[in-house]
Amino acid sequence: MSGHDHGDDGVSRRKVLECMTWAGTGVLWTVTGGVPRSLGIIDSAQAATAAAPGMTFLQISDSHVGFDKPANPNALGTLEEAVNKINAMPAKPSFMIHTGDITHLSKVAEFDNAERIISQTKLDVHYVPGEHDFIDEEVKLYRERYGRGTKGAGWYSFDAGGVHFIGLVNVVDLKGGGLGNLGAEQLAWLEDDLRGKSKSTPVVLFAHIPLWTVYPEWGWGTEDGGRALEYVKGFGSVTVLNGHIHQVMQKVEGNVTFHTARSTAFPQPAPGAAPSPGPMKVEDARLRSMLGVASVNFKQNEQRLAIIDTPLQG
Amino acid sequence: MNTLNRRDFGVAVVAALLLPATSARADDMEVHIDNFVFQPPELKIKVGTTVTWTNRDDIPHTVVSAGKFRSKTLDTDDKFSFTFTNAGDYKYFCSLHPHMTGMIKVE
Repeated sequence: MSGHDHGDDGVSRRKVLECMTWAGTGVLWTVTGGVPRSLGIIDSAQAATAAAPGMTFLQISDSHVGFDKPANPNALGTLEEAVNKINAMPAKPSFMIHTGDITHLSKVAEFDNAERIISQTKLDVHYVPGEHDFIDEEVKLYRERYGRGTKGAGWYSFDAGGVHFIGLVNVVDLKGGGLGNLGAEQLAWLEDDLRGKSKSTPVVLFAHIPLWTVYPEWGWGTEDGGRALEYVKGFGSVTVLNGHIHQVMQKVEGNVTFHTARSTAFPQPAPGAAPSPGPMKVEDARLRSMLGVASVNFKQNEQRLAIIDTPLQG
Repeated sequence: MNTLNRRDFGVAVVAALLLPATSARADDMEVHIDNFVFQPPELKIKVGTTVTWTNRDDIPHTVVSAGKFRSKTLDTDDKFSFTFTNAGDYKYFCSLHPHMTGMIKVE
C-alpha cells in the first residue's frame, strides 16, 4: 500500500482511498525537463497541460472491450468516452501507451472494436499485452496486430522526447502459485537494451501487471520484477507505469516512481477490501461519479508523488 | 471365439447398461470457481472419476495442470471436465491468475 508515502503536503488517507476506488478514463503524462509528471485524467486539468512545456503522453489501460457484466455492461462505451475526452484536449499529446487488457476475451471482434475506437484519437499507441489479450486458442491475435517489430512475447523499447521507453510483457508463462513473470530471455534483453545508456536518460518502464509487489495474495506483483528494477537502479529518473489492478496506486522509492492507472472498464477493490479482486459492482450513477480527474505530480527534488483527484460529477 | 449362452448374455447386457451409469453418477465431482478460489481446493477421488470445474466469476479463468490437462479459457458459467484414469496427485492452477491453485488426489 502506498497511501502513506505521499508526504504531509499530499493527500489525506480518505482521499487516497477514494482515488483508489475510482474508475478513470486515462492518465495524462507530461515530461518536463526529462521527468514524467502525471497531470491526471483527461479533462479540466488539460488546460494546465496545454500550457506545460515539454512532451506530453497519455496512458490508458484495461479497456476490457467485450466485458458486459453488471460492473459495467458497456465497457466499449466507457472506452469511447475516454477517447472523446482525449480528442477534446486543447493540446494534442505526442502519443499514447496502453498498458494491456485491451480486450476481455481476446476475440477478433473485441480487438476490432477496440481498434476502431482507440484509433479515433489519431495518436500513435504503444501497447503491451495483458493476460486477457492472450487467451485466443492460437494466441496470435494480439501479436498479429501489435507484435510487429517486438521481441519475444512482445517487448520493445523506443525513444521519445529524450526519454527511453521500455514496454515489457509479464503475462506469459505464469507459474502455479506465482505472480506476473518476465522470464530470463526478456530480462537479458532488458539488461542489454539499457547497456551504454547515459544514466541521466529518463527511463519509463511500462507493463501490464505491476512490476512491484502490490498485493501478492491477489497476484498483484511480478515474480522477477525486482530483477528488472535492479537494471534501472543507477538511472536518475525511472518511472514504472502499470495497469491490471484498475485503481490508482503509487509509491516512490529512491529515484523510482511507481504508478498504476485506472481502467476504462470497471473498478476493482482496494487490496483485501473484498473477497476477491474481481470487478467491483457499484450503482450505475455512482460509476459515472467515480470517473474523474487524477493528477499525479512528481517533483524531482522532493522525490515523491502527490495525487489530486477531482470527480467529474459531484 | 467363446460364445455366451443366452443367460450370461443377458447378465452382461444388464451390467453394461447399469454399471457405468450408476458408478459415474456416484463418482462425478464438481469444483466451483468463486471469488478467484477453487472450491473445494483439494479433492480426493477414485481412478475413473470425472471432475467438472464451473467458473462462476465475472472474470475468465483456466484450469491447468502442467503436462496433464489444460482447459480452454472459461468465461462466466463455462465448464471444463476431465476424467482421471491414473492415480496420483494433480496440482493445478489458473494460468491467468496463477495465485489460484488446487489439488486433485486420485487413488
